[in-house]
Amino acid sequence: MSDAPAPVVQVEGLSLGLTTGDPVVEDVSFTVGAGQILGLVGESGSGKTTTALALLGYTRRGVELRGGSVSISGQPILGQGISNLRNLRGKVVSYVPQDPGGALNPSLRVGDAVMDVLRAHRAGAASLESVKASLERVELGADPRLPRRYPHQLSGGQQQRVTIAMACVCDPPVAVLDEPTTGLDVITQDRILAELARLRDDDGMAMVYVSHDLAVVAKMADRIVVMYAGRVVESGPADEVIERPRHPYTRALVSAIPDFRRPRALRGIPGVSVGVGEWPSGCAFVPRCRYAIDRCSEALPELSAATPDHSVRCIRWRELASEGADPGDGRAAATAVEAEDEALLQVDHLEVEYRNGRRRNTVVHDVSFAIESGRCVALVGESGSGKTTIGRCLAGLHPPSGGRILFDGSELAAFARNRPLAARRRIQIVFQNPFESLNPRHKVSSSIERPLRVLRGLSQGEARTEVGELLDRAKLPRRVGDRFPIELSGGERQRVAIARALAAKPDLLICDEVTSALDVSVQAAVLELLSELQRDLRLSMLFITHNLGVVACVADSVLVMDRGSLRESGTVAQVLNTPADEYTQRLLSAAPCLPDGAYS
Amino acid sequence: MTGRLRFMRSFSGAVGVTIVVFVVAVAIFGRYFAPYDPNVPVTAPLSPPSSHYWLGTDFLGRDVFSRLLYGGRSVITLAALATGLGYLIGMSVGLVAGFSRSRIDPVLMRSVDVMLAFPPLLFLLVLISGAGTGVQVLVIGVAVIQAPGISRIVRTATLEVSVRGYVEAAIARGERSYAVIVREVLPNIMAPVLVDSGLRFTYSILIIASVNFLGLGLQPPASDWALMISDNRQYIAIQAWAVLAPAAMIALLTIGINLTGDAIARSLGRSYVPKTARSAVI
Repeated sequence: MSDAPAPVVQVEGLSLGLTTGDPVVEDVSFTVGAGQILGLVGESGSGKTTTALALLGYTRRGVELRGGSVSISGQPILGQGISNLRNLRGKVVSYVPQDPGGALNPSLRVGDAVMDVLRAHRAGAASLESVKASLERVELGADPRLPRRYPHQLSGGQQQRVTIAMACVCDPPVAVLDEPTTGLDVITQDRILAELARLRDDDGMAMVYVSHDLAVVAKMADRIVVMYAGRVVESGPADEVIERPRHPYTRALVSAIPDFRRPRALRGIPGVSVGVGEWPSGCAFVPRCRYAIDRCSEALPELSAATPDHSVRCIRWRELASEGADPGDGRAAATAVEAEDEALLQVDHLEVEYRNGRRRNTVVHDVSFAIESGRCVALVGESGSGKTTIGRCLAGLHPPSGGRILFDGSELAAFARNRPLAARRRIQIVFQNPFESLNPRHKVSSSIERPLRVLRGLSQGEARTEVGELLDRAKLPRRVGDRFPIELSGGERQRVAIARALAAKPDLLICDEVTSALDVSVQAAVLELLSELQRDLRLSMLFITHNLGVVACVADSVLVMDRGSLRESGTVAQVLNTPADEYTQRLLSAAPCLPDGAYS
Repeated sequence: MTGRLRFMRSFSGAVGVTIVVFVVAVAIFGRYFAPYDPNVPVTAPLSPPSSHYWLGTDFLGRDVFSRLLYGGRSVITLAALATGLGYLIGMSVGLVAGFSRSRIDPVLMRSVDVMLAFPPLLFLLVLISGAGTGVQVLVIGVAVIQAPGISRIVRTATLEVSVRGYVEAAIARGERSYAVIVREVLPNIMAPVLVDSGLRFTYSILIIASVNFLGLGLQPPASDWALMISDNRQYIAIQAWAVLAPAAMIALLTIGINLTGDAIARSLGRSYVPKTARSAVI
């Protein structure tokens, strides 16, 4: 990395703004050499995707170019006519989208989709053989019938590989990848990342990798550019940035990454990311920065060089460099609560199947476990392993086909409506997608009031006062009660969903992938809240997740599931440090984590 | 404006409401400003507009302007009643079918398919020949024609909403199906339903007009916009105003209702206008 190859991507002073006037991206510059991967990191709304799309000469509707230049392999991209751009896109610079399910044309066979790219740029080479060759490069060559398949017949990982094949089929020198593994489970993510690394090594392709997950970027990137509120706040060689982050924001981001090898209490970044049009006059991170002083909000800090290769946009980086790591309290303190021996929940030989017409599909097979009161049990597995189904069975949303569920000594009915009020109140569930779990037509206060009235029989007045207390508990300002869900960010919505679950005064909280739709920094804050609630309210939790890093931070014991069966169970330390099962070992080795020297 | 009236802040909402209020006001209060008796010939048939007869006269020599002021009440009332009743039936069926996830769904939907197979006019004619002409028969008939299409849209929207987290949370609380449907599902399917309702209202007017034309609904000499159009159709080349004026009022009302419906749908949090729901009309 020190002998930097000639840059194939050169971005100079790139600025973009909304057509209505507000800036979205200001003065972004970076270079990427051949065979290098640049990680573009930031939270939602930081302008990272807008920047990435500008590399293809594309701006989203309502966004316009304000200034700067982008050149790829010496060719200027900005200011080109649409037909020139069409020529360049796919041949000189290609794009891998975030959501492959939405990005592939559902009515086009995947082979034809790859062929279309070839036809557009290399009509001569457009043959079935070259399509097959390109699919082989992404390890999709094994099945000869695959090119004839439609996208919906493929798994999420296969779909993403097809989009990568489309991006590489014309051997462009540069590829832009927009969160290519978000939404995939760890093992699939690991394979995709390995393929990308191979494409880089074999073909010398340069990549711009956009992500909010520093752990993934740390694994892939040679250089990292951190963006906040449309500006670069830090950029440098990947290991430098991860090991010695200079900007308080980068430090906070690194501290927010859950890492199963180093369990610790996570610290989320307080507050919410500033949106477009809300940029303050000084440093945009001031409202959330724990090192902020008055001088910070006076003027925008310049990007200054910490080392020749590492620049940072903070006026205090020199003082902070000597300050060292933030003091962190270990998870050990949190687990000090002694568990009672008695099991609150006992699941015996649970069997669940889905029926589709006459076909029966067993999704959970002979699963038994127990949750002691006050304990947090993590249920880990890939998508399709049946972990969410177990949570739904416990909540009374899906009937088991065999086995039984004992809650506090008595057997639970299959459907929630047949359970006694006390059981319904004491078991609460928080769903995966905060964008769908709150009724968009009800105010937040009304959503939280409902369980108070239905499950606890409070009067309207009592319920109203309690809503305020619950919002406090979830660390939300009370005025949020008068808002509609659409006016809240993902993290805020998930807090509301947690407050709604707490309203019932539950004993068992089922958390179904509650952080998988959230940015890493927001995830840390939500996990922090859950750990605190568990400790203060002596909640028992079933924490369903595919992220092993998260497990280490919140759970006491772990259950590993694969294709409907339990593969391994034990305490967190046991399972994560000395995994016995081969599948657990695979999960662990695939989990992205920070390098050893990382800042903590 | 906040709360339920915030849709009026949008341009289309404000214009739509203004138009609807205007047309409805003409229909209700217009008759008190009519210069002539709507049912008595005042001058030569099919005279062109003049300073005395602003919109001219119809084929019997009655004043078109006066008839226009009188003729809105019946058609708007009938169409509104019929559409409203259609929604009551259609939404109930659609919500139950979409939410139940049991045998009820296919049973209800196949019955709906059978209903959809009847040509609407034929159905109405059979109904009228059996039950006789009358306002109630007309309203019920049109409602029954509208209900199957409404129930299909409502069911599709309900299916989509029923798997959302907030619905599942309510089910997990053990709430009664009625409470879940009314509190959690219904408000979230209103966007496509409202957009569709403007079209349905127009369609009701159309059916009522066609039945009138066949002489089975409202009978001449009642002044009614639909009747005015069908009565004067043949003479459109000679005295176009007798047809165009009532047609314009119906068109204006339709535009107003559609603008209002769109604006409300958009103000419900997100602009949710599924194209499939629109193409599934009728």
